[in-house]
Amino acid sequence: MQLLTLTVVLLLLTSIGYRLGRGKAVATAGGNPRLLHSLPRYHGYFVALWCGLPALLVVALWLVAEPSLVRHLVQSGLPDDTLAIGEERLNLLYNEVRNVARYGMTASSPVVEAAAQRYGELRATLFAAAAALALALASGGLAFAYQRIKSDLRARNRVESVVRVFLVVCSTVAIFTTIGIVLSLLFESLRFFQSVSPIEFLFGTTWSPQMAIRADQVGSSGAFGAVPLFAGTALISLIAMLVAVPLGLLSAIYMAEYAAPRFRAVAKPLLEILAGIPTVVYGFFAALSMAPMVRDFGSSMGLSIASESALVAGVVMGVMIIPFVSSLSDDIITAVPQSLREGSYGLGATKSETVKQVILPAALPGIVGGVLLAVSRAIGETMIVVMAAGLSANLTANPFEAVTTVTVQIVTLLVGDQEFDSPKTLAAFALGLVLFFVTLALNIVALHVVRKYREQYD
Amino acid sequence: MAQTSAAVAAPATSASQNTLADRRLAKVSARDVNVYYGEKHALKHVDLDIRANEVTALIGPSGCGKSTFLRCINRMNDLIDIARVAGSLTLDGDDIYDRKIDVVQLRARVGMVFQKPNPFPKSIYDNVAYGPRIHGMAKDQTELDEIVMTSLEKAGLLAEVKDRLDEAGTGLSGGQQQRLCIARAIAVSPEVILMDEPCSALDPIATAKVEELIDELRENFTIVIVTHSMQQAARVSQRTAFFHLGELVEVGDTEQIFTNPQHPLTQGYITGRFG
Repeated sequence: MQLLTLTVVLLLLTSIGYRLGRGKAVATAGGNPRLLHSLPRYHGYFVALWCGLPALLVVALWLVAEPSLVRHLVQSGLPDDTLAIGEERLNLLYNEVRNVARYGMTASSPVVEAAAQRYGELRATLFAAAAALALALASGGLAFAYQRIKSDLRARNRVESVVRVFLVVCSTVAIFTTIGIVLSLLFESLRFFQSVSPIEFLFGTTWSPQMAIRADQVGSSGAFGAVPLFAGTALISLIAMLVAVPLGLLSAIYMAEYAAPRFRAVAKPLLEILAGIPTVVYGFFAALSMAPMVRDFGSSMGLSIASESALVAGVVMGVMIIPFVSSLSDDIITAVPQSLREGSYGLGATKSETVKQVILPAALPGIVGGVLLAVSRAIGETMIVVMAAGLSANLTANPFEAVTTVTVQIVTLLVGDQEFDSPKTLAAFALGLVLFFVTLALNIVALHVVRKYREQYD
Repeated sequence: MAQTSAAVAAPATSASQNTLADRRLAKVSARDVNVYYGEKHALKHVDLDIRANEVTALIGPSGCGKSTFLRCINRMNDLIDIARVAGSLTLDGDDIYDRKIDVVQLRARVGMVFQKPNPFPKSIYDNVAYGPRIHGMAKDQTELDEIVMTSLEKAGLLAEVKDRLDEAGTGLSGGQQQRLCIARAIAVSPEVILMDEPCSALDPIATAKVEELIDELRENFTIVIVTHSMQQAARVSQRTAFFHLGELVEVGDTEQIFTNPQHPLTQGYITGRFG
């Protein structure tokens, strides 16, 4: 609450700064903005930035640093014999102190009582200090910037360089996140490979990720051969692409070349709705509607189809990917220059000859790129396979059997209570690393292909 | 002419007589052709005869309907949903817009070269072989080779590309690409070739080569060329038709049009007073 008030006050000061700066700039120029180096509003922004930016940074810093700072100070005030109880119990104690101070719980001992009191005082003092500092910075900044406004102040350049820094920060957030993810995958995988050899992981054909808790436990030996997972992923992706590529591509050709504009205007958004359905909905559609139907149909034909089969998961995933393929292909087919179509028709080619012999060859690189992107989507897809493909790591090419995929195993390895230093959980990171590299490679190749195609017609 | 504007009315009779007299001799003959793009009346009551083995140039300011008329002759306007064509257009006496006419066969008889060179993203050989292949014109590979070579030869491109027939047609220079498109058009042995500003994207040297080529092609083909360059019309054509605001203002022998135009609008345009 106090924090909210402080923020509002700072924002108010900032907007006052904007008005003051703008007003002074206009006044300096005697009402003629053309005498100023920068437009009056840039002077306003200049003052507002000086006023708001440092103060808000202080508030943000306080938000981040407060908990650990208070904790340090509270703990250093505890009696020595209490400090000696060890790290974990100290944690519990500190939690109690916080609860007493903030939510009015009854303290279990006078030590806690005293510490809670101290906690409350420290927080209040620290907040007051932070608020005072922020307000001082805000008004100081305002005064400083206000006093600097002259007709030849390069306010626009200053403001724009601040904006540029802001843009740089925004754009690096994603990059640093990616780097962070890769590093964490890499280090955890390295820990995994200390207990399981990479050779076994990449080429072993048995996947049974158990680790013994006691040495004499039954079934204590775990096996981390990931080949069945790779095979399962490949099988399901293959089935998905067999569904998605022909359907997506042919519907794209129809939409782009044959359909009347009115039909296209309705059908294209409808098709794209498929992409908007949450994958979990696809998942239970596959598991609860498709799978029993396929199983019953199979048994009436005398085939044994598992109720969790690669076929169902793959087909449903393929349906999910159709709009991905069709939308990308449609864009690329539409981008083929009209002059090529006219050239072909002008020679007496029919529509289908034109599509087959001119448009598709011209669009092929782009379509291949789109399909590769779809493959990487299929490989990384999780929810549908978790619900419909099963958990048993069979090494099989039979689409009627249950298979499991890399993503499904990552989910099962990490769901529930786990120790985070056993090879069982670390295996998830290794699987994630493999997945990351495969999809990364596919995306790079796909983007490269698509870009190459673009250059051709610009 | 039912709907002539005041400016066009007076001396235009000479133009229509000029065309009406020789309809039987004409390769392509247009009578009262009107084209509408949705609400827009783009081409108004055009009567024009195009003689065999001559180059007919269509000139006029932008938006005057000359390209529209050109695209009526091989029914390229069919590709535009909102376009509607009324009137009579004949090729050797057969109605082009008759239901019985197969547009595919029509376009095999009336080829087209476009403003911007538009080779297919295929090899030079396949570009030229495209038409003969889809029309099944060659019995075997030897015959196809023969057609491709002859077409490239006629288009004056063979010497430049004979060692690299497998390379992409899109890799040629602009002028070469346009001559490749001409070779592609003549490979299906059309009777008429329509050219829609074929030199507007080319430099003067490439333009000169294409113009020379057009003159040679006249021997075997009937050519209709739309051009913005009056000099080009004067250089390559035997007959010239001047369009203005969707109407055919004047048509006659090129020499007569450029030296002694009958209509004040024509005179204004060729002397550069407008357009």
